[in-house]
Amino acid sequence: MRIVADLGKCEGLGMCEAMAPDFFEVDEDGVVDVLDAEPGEEHRTDLTAAVDACPVLALTLQG
Amino acid sequence: MSVERMVVVGASLAGLRAVEAARRAGYDGELVLVGDEVHAPYDRPPLSKAFLDPDGERGAGAVAQFRSEEVLRDELRVDLRLGTRATGLDTTAREVLLGDERLPYDALVIATGSVPRWLPGTDPAGPDGPLEGVTQLRTVEDARRVREALEAGARIVVVGAGFIGSEVASAARKRGLPVTVVEALDVPLTRSVGPEVGVACVELHRAAGTDLRLGVGVAGLDEETPDGPDGRRRVRAVRLTDGTTLPADLVVLGIGVRPATDWLEGSGVALHDGDRGVLVDATLATNVPGVWAAGDMAHVENPLFDGEQHRLEHWTNAADHGAAAARHALDPAAAEPVVTVPYFWSDWYGHRLQFVGTPRADEARVVVDDLATGGGLVVLYRRADRVVGAFVVDLPRVVMKLRRRVLDRGPWKEAVAFATGSEVPTPR
Repeated sequence: MRIVADLGKCEGLGMCEAMAPDFFEVDEDGVVDVLDAEPGEEHRTDLTAAVDACPVLALTLQG
Repeated sequence: MSVERMVVVGASLAGLRAVEAARRAGYDGELVLVGDEVHAPYDRPPLSKAFLDPDGERGAGAVAQFRSEEVLRDELRVDLRLGTRATGLDTTAREVLLGDERLPYDALVIATGSVPRWLPGTDPAGPDGPLEGVTQLRTVEDARRVREALEAGARIVVVGAGFIGSEVASAARKRGLPVTVVEALDVPLTRSVGPEVGVACVELHRAAGTDLRLGVGVAGLDEETPDGPDGRRRVRAVRLTDGTTLPADLVVLGIGVRPATDWLEGSGVALHDGDRGVLVDATLATNVPGVWAAGDMAHVENPLFDGEQHRLEHWTNAADHGAAAARHALDPAAAEPVVTVPYFWSDWYGHRLQFVGTPRADEARVVVDDLATGGGLVVLYRRADRVVGAFVVDLPRVVMKLRRRVLDRGPWKEAVAFATGSEVPTPR
């Protein structure tokens, strides 16, 4: 499973960090840092919640 | 009784999330989504932000559709009824009234949201018909009207210094247009963020060159004398209660909303005595079995804040509610309280404003105050010895960390230490 963040869309609203703080963090510039782009399958529920919560649809999970 | 026919009324964010969640939960029965706009669900926050930007900028003039009609119909197997207004609800027969049509349901999610208020004499549905040059900002059609006026260099008067009005003012200033904002309160936004932050917001307007008139109401609107054959009414100026007259080509109303629940009057669904929002418990259940409510219109008790009842007009609230209401409607026995940390954001004059939690507090304390020197602002809200809210300008990195502290009912002192950067690192 791979997290893909479209930084052209990201507005740094931070809902992904709210849902899965171990994998996403909004940085000083107001754009998301993906902390671990290839997480284990056991995190799928949290990561799906984070992807769904993005107000600008900047996140996708591949695989 | 298992659900064989689920109806969702309201095809904006909450309604969309409801149908998505229903399918994701494995629901295989009939799924109807009713919406009074002709468009498939689209994203509203950008309409007062990027949509109004000059051409060439990201999101300028573009409507962000969540899913196409084809995807909704073919992949999610939604019976999509767009351009269709719910006119009533028969809770005994379990039918939604769509004009002459009666739409039966086993489970119903109400998500009709809210409608902006008009000033007296400006409602297009009123006896005098539409008054051209006066608009709200809720739909994509409204946003196009505002954008066209901005492009034409219109003289704009905004009524209401709330978030929508302030974003319109920002869009005007970004194009170098003069703009006047009229606000009845002496300090704006006190209900949303409290007076301390309201004062900070006033400074943002002033620094950007917006002409902000506080503590003054609208006495009336002057109209052009109709001289064309059509005799249409058109606004010419806004008259204020202090005697001032402001010439205007476009008047944007940002004076709040009311829940869109006219169709529920007399249905038996319990409504709030004051604003007629839908009363629900912490699981979003109404007083009528099989009927659930989500989003802007729902008065809900939040267990996170001592059972404080609130009705939130927030994007994240609509999304969370929509999904939860659908899951609960399909499996009421498994319904759980919806615990959300209220969150909204707004973009003013190049600044990003963010709020998490509740402003109803014993104290609001400014703990970072560097806006004047190009830095950010952090205001924390305290209830007893807990942090219950945070307002942040231009410090996006700290917002979700403060949200976490609010969600965890975190200690006040630690939140202050974190926000001021004097936090003692805890060993891992």
